[in-house]
Amino acid sequence: MIEFHLDARSGVAPYRQLIHQVRQALRLGLLHEGDQLPKVKDVVAGLAINPNTVLKAYRELEYEGLAAARPGIGTFVTGTLDGGPLAAHGPLRHELQRWLGRARRAGLDDESIEALFVSTFRSAAEEDIA
Amino acid sequence: MSAVLETSRLGKRYRRLWALADCTLSIPGGHVVGLVGPNGAGKSTLLNLAVGLLAPTAGTIEVLGSPPAAGPAELARVGYLAQDAPVYAGLSVADHLRLGARLNPGWDAELARDRVERLDLDPHQKAGTLSGGQRAQLALTLAVAKRPELLILDEPVASLDPLARREFLADLMEATAEQELSVVLSSHLVADLERVCDYLIVLVGSRVRVAGPVDELLAAHHLLAGPRRDPATLPDELTVISSSHTDVQTTLLVRASGPVLDPAWTISEVGLEDLVLAYMSQAAAPGRRRRHLEVQK
Repeated sequence: MIEFHLDARSGVAPYRQLIHQVRQALRLGLLHEGDQLPKVKDVVAGLAINPNTVLKAYRELEYEGLAAARPGIGTFVTGTLDGGPLAAHGPLRHELQRWLGRARRAGLDDESIEALFVSTFRSAAEEDIA
Repeated sequence: MSAVLETSRLGKRYRRLWALADCTLSIPGGHVVGLVGPNGAGKSTLLNLAVGLLAPTAGTIEVLGSPPAAGPAELARVGYLAQDAPVYAGLSVADHLRLGARLNPGWDAELARDRVERLDLDPHQKAGTLSGGQRAQLALTLAVAKRPELLILDEPVASLDPLARREFLADLMEATAEQELSVVLSSHLVADLERVCDYLIVLVGSRVRVAGPVDELLAAHHLLAGPRRDPATLPDELTVISSSHTDVQTTLLVRASGPVLDPAWTISEVGLEDLVLAYMSQAAAPGRRRRHLEVQK
């Protein structure tokens, strides 16, 4: 079972944050097909948020085909997100860590590293589309 | 679901002063409604009218389809938690539950017992010696265990510390999820309500300034920044809620009935707190915008 958290300062709507965390957990292999998502009443009790926020997030996940509600029991994961085979994550993470080390040694601070990563990621994505 | 609260041109006057004026609302069921406004805006007056503790001077009000507190059946359908969570200081926690059971036909004794246990309240402790947070939880237990369809809470967290505040709201949301309650709660702080409310009413100076589902309100309001400009020259789809100007720049918070297409504006989304504050300052200083325009001429 995963546990949700909210970043109040992110400016991202709470229900989107919940969706994002489920998708993230699917990608990282923390959630698998058949796993139950946290019960609505437990999420609202844990985060002090409106039940409709959780319901909206779960409905959206259902719409995306990633989850299904079983009335009276709860909501369960029904889909997978292809984040590539998990086995590939280790080496890639390792490479990324080495790259981060090099960036730091070159004098980049956290903000510059993030900016560089995001802008490279974007331009690569644009090239893919083109 | 039909409206839980429906008012038409509702007003309440104390001698010559209107505490609430020209209030027209239609709030659908299944929401957690935040009633926000500064102290003295008329929030308690509206809630007291809704539970039948006050009679209107003007207009009409219906709660769950009938006049407030029309009879025993109507009283049983509405739970009310008054400001500062009043409990009987000399009675124990268990006494409160017994009192609740005797006074409410739909009393859910099991729910009340479970809650007291879960909240770790000692049944033999006198309510007067409970902490502020515990008192609020006891009062909420009584209000929830009568199994209302609509729960009305007047400033439920105003006197609580931040931790007790969070626990109270978490507990309230859990009860809302379990019992499919409609909830109306008031606060003078938007931050308290931001997470829990999906419907908002902003009340300032005895008048409703804006009301609607939070999603729709956030989608309809934008923050526009651009070169200095007279708001009077804006297209009709834009209603200016608040504005500020420097010698070169104009910043507006607007309500838009369609997409904003003018490329001169940098458009950003508005948070709930900004939105509420804009309506509050609009009501507080109606002359300010005019002064800015005069400067521009």
